[in-house]
Amino acid sequence: MIETLAAILVTVVTAATPLVFAATGELVTEKAGVLNLGVEGMMLVGAVSGFAAAIATGNPAIAILVAMIAGAVMAFLFGVLTLSLMANQVATGLALTMFGVGLSALIGQDYVGTPIKALAKLDIPVLSDLPLIGPVVFGQDFLVYLSLVMVAGVAWFLKSTRAGLILRATGESHDAAHALGYSVIGIRYLAVMFGGAMSGLAGAYLSLAYTPMWAENMSAGRGWIALALVVFATWKPGRVLVGAYLFGGVTILQLHAQGAGFAVPSQALSMLPYLATIVVLVVISRDSTRIRLNAPACIGKVFHPET
Amino acid sequence: MLLKLEPRGETSRAMVYLTPLLAIFLTLIMGAVLFALLGHDPLEAMHAFFIVPVSSAYGLGELGVKATPLVLCAIGLAIGFRANVWNIGAEGQLTLGAIFGGGLALWFYDSDSVLLLPAMALAGALGGLAWAAIPAFLKLRFNANEILTSLMLTYVATLLLSLLVHGPYRDPDGFNFPESRLFEDSALLPVMIEGTRLHLGAAVAVFVVLAAWLILSRSFIGFQIKVIGLTPAAAGYAGFRHSNLVWLTLLTGGALAGLAGLFEVAGPIGQITPVISPGYGFTAIIVAFVGRLHPIGILGAGLLIALSYLGGETVQIQMGLPQAVTGVFQGLLLFFLLACDVLIRYRIRWTLGTPKETRRTAA
Amino acid sequence: MIQGVFKTLGAAALGMAVTLGAASAEPTKVGFVYVGPIGDHGWTYRHDKGRLAIEEAFGDKVETSYVESVPEGADAERVIRQLASTGHDLIFTTSFGYMNPTVKVAKQFPNVKFEHATGYKRSDNVSTYAARFYEGRVIAGILAGRMTKSNVIGYIGSFPIPEVVRGINAFTLSMRKINPDAEVKVVWVNSWYDPGKEGDAAKALIDQGADIIVQHTDSPAPMQVAQERGVFAVGQASDMTQFGPKAHLTSIIDDWNGYYVERTKAVMDGTWSSGDTWGGLNTGMLRMATYNEAIPAEVVEEAEAARKAIEAGSLHPFAGPVLDQDGKEMVAAGAVAEDGMLLSMDWYVQGVQGKLPK
Repeated sequence: MIETLAAILVTVVTAATPLVFAATGELVTEKAGVLNLGVEGMMLVGAVSGFAAAIATGNPAIAILVAMIAGAVMAFLFGVLTLSLMANQVATGLALTMFGVGLSALIGQDYVGTPIKALAKLDIPVLSDLPLIGPVVFGQDFLVYLSLVMVAGVAWFLKSTRAGLILRATGESHDAAHALGYSVIGIRYLAVMFGGAMSGLAGAYLSLAYTPMWAENMSAGRGWIALALVVFATWKPGRVLVGAYLFGGVTILQLHAQGAGFAVPSQALSMLPYLATIVVLVVISRDSTRIRLNAPACIGKVFHPET
Repeated sequence: MLLKLEPRGETSRAMVYLTPLLAIFLTLIMGAVLFALLGHDPLEAMHAFFIVPVSSAYGLGELGVKATPLVLCAIGLAIGFRANVWNIGAEGQLTLGAIFGGGLALWFYDSDSVLLLPAMALAGALGGLAWAAIPAFLKLRFNANEILTSLMLTYVATLLLSLLVHGPYRDPDGFNFPESRLFEDSALLPVMIEGTRLHLGAAVAVFVVLAAWLILSRSFIGFQIKVIGLTPAAAGYAGFRHSNLVWLTLLTGGALAGLAGLFEVAGPIGQITPVISPGYGFTAIIVAFVGRLHPIGILGAGLLIALSYLGGETVQIQMGLPQAVTGVFQGLLLFFLLACDVLIRYRIRWTLGTPKETRRTAA
Repeated sequence: MIQGVFKTLGAAALGMAVTLGAASAEPTKVGFVYVGPIGDHGWTYRHDKGRLAIEEAFGDKVETSYVESVPEGADAERVIRQLASTGHDLIFTTSFGYMNPTVKVAKQFPNVKFEHATGYKRSDNVSTYAARFYEGRVIAGILAGRMTKSNVIGYIGSFPIPEVVRGINAFTLSMRKINPDAEVKVVWVNSWYDPGKEGDAAKALIDQGADIIVQHTDSPAPMQVAQERGVFAVGQASDMTQFGPKAHLTSIIDDWNGYYVERTKAVMDGTWSSGDTWGGLNTGMLRMATYNEAIPAEVVEEAEAARKAIEAGSLHPFAGPVLDQDGKEMVAAGAVAEDGMLLSMDWYVQGVQGKLPK
């Protein structure tokens, strides 16, 4: 029983990890006042780049780094369009996804059907063998821990550092930040590229750890879920984690319900993660004042210093 | 030397019309480079992409067929976007339109009444409207963000459609395959031009464009939407209620998307299938912004983006290029379209050295 | 300036038309409509291998083209029509959802031959073809029945359509013949292709005690999970050995190459005629991948014997008596299920847990 529970929890954590990466990155982007809907596209480019690098070098660390750079480059492109050329952010993000789906397929043509060794899981003597918490807490791959570190790091950065304060100020009121002498555009470039790197990392998690392979469109809509999770989290990093684990948890549970022979059509069970997210959002959103304080006021708005 | 953007005193009327042409021109050049780099004849590629698909009456009809759902959804979305209502679930509302309206066609399968089609259209619009009413209600009653709720409901809608076509909507003579019966003629939209698939829905879309243009530019509702979009706080002073506008914009968007879904099943598809829209509801978001949230602009953007899909197919058939290349090319086209809009409000200056003290213009 | 570009474009097109017209011995043109990307490493990938086989077999006597990821909605008809109107002599539409558009376009182009995969509507210039994948499931059932220790088999389904249900039933019947205690748990992922979800479904099934995973979806993710968790799995579409060398019992491979080459040849020779091909193991349309070395020799022998018996026609996967879950006799003793029944199968046999969603 405990073993089964542990196994389920391990599965939930791995299913949620790509969402945690991508959503945390997008959260920083949005906190700086930029809405980038191109997460899905950046994830795919990250996934294929990381995979290609892993094949070429055999070194997972390099592969992960390459995936992050690839995601950041995609985000930089988004930045040029929306920050320097002041194009509409919503539409540019969607176009970035279209572009990323195509580009990743183009890069990945020769990698279809190529197997690769999955990232190693942690195996600490004694600790990893503990019942329940052993496999869940001490038996994951390196990226799972990195995702937790990232969430904590981003939370600390936004809340307790001066740079985080400036970033938030940029998202709250770009005119005020500008008047104080900060480079709004520069800060936003950095935030957008951080978001891209995290999406790339999410992609790398897919193609190197979660399902170690490359196949076109392998993210299968996870970038969209990550975007929704930022809203769900009301722009708080800790809640991204809650949201991702909730979504992953319900997804895995409905698969288990099917396996256990629940006499409910599978399509109805598959609706559960989406419905659960809505219900929880409704419950936590009722206190309207607290939500408003978190949502960056300038999100999606174009900034030009001379207007 | 530095590239510098300098605000124009007022928006340039000329640039409003010139920038799309400039964007297409730049795309042609970039596209030619892209295709040349991949080892293909750039001229042939551009010709296959932009000219071949619309060089016949059938092709032009197809352009209309493809643009119809995009334009209908985009108009509905644009009305919301103008009022800062972020419905991104047009895809789900479209699906519900097909489920409701198409369901009516199956329910009255034997009917040859002339009222069937109008009733289906009404049911389709109501289906989309009902689906959009959920995020509206949750936003106003519980303060739940509509970006999340409308997106999540899209997945639910897709699964609901799957549930129905694998069950009650199945063709009774179809060996239990997941699709409905083919609609009878009384449930099919009439084709407007013989030899094409251009159906009545396209005319309705054009009518909706014109109506939206009139309403947004001439009516008090249009004014309210504009005010609330620009300065939400001002709405209170002006004496109209924010909640009414949220209802109005979301329900209108839902109804138009629902209509688009019904037009797909009663038009080119002619039955209910597990896949009704290849993401029209999402692409429509791009269409809305490329069209600058203006109905006439949306019509143009819808046609151009529809053409890019048809062009992508032609390039694959004619030149054997994978779809990936056309995806990249479509992305480039959109990038240019969106980026060039900067010229409407700014002019580009090449400056030497550090820029001088910048002049402040209208806030 | 822009006008100039278009003028040049027009001139180039004219030039091309002239060159094309001048060519004398025209190659046979074969077109393909794919439902997914070629890079899916599953269904579409295998059809594209068939296209390449045509090119290899006939060299410059043929010209092939394809359109990828064509949605099974309003777009299909346009793409098929576009292929038909651009001189293609033979067009393969490779997904069930293309059935009605194919039939519709075929009416307008009586001189073009159409081949629709997995459907049931035919006409003078529309053939249908499909493979009896369920025959492969019989072999998989024998391997599973012999190799399972927990007597729980996890089966990952895409959508509850007759094709998949038929596979589940053929597998279960075959398995229970040699191991009546074994049961099948089914999880539907509502997708043909979502590596993450398929992998998660495999994990859920293994967590519920399954020690053999069978998949009716296209990605190698379940095979990878089986490898990682130390259980066995049966692959689909392609040979999935490399994704789980230890886990891989066998794979049921789609192989359209032979059929595609044969039908193209028929068009070239002018002997093509409309028909229905539902090819089994004996046609090579489906093949079994190599068996895992961990399978005892006598089990391999048993599986091979079954394969030969199916090929020879002496073993029918649905030979009566076949009972459904409620014990109702669906196929009488001494009879075999007719193709019509197989085509529309929407009930489970005994040994499958849960109810079929309706």
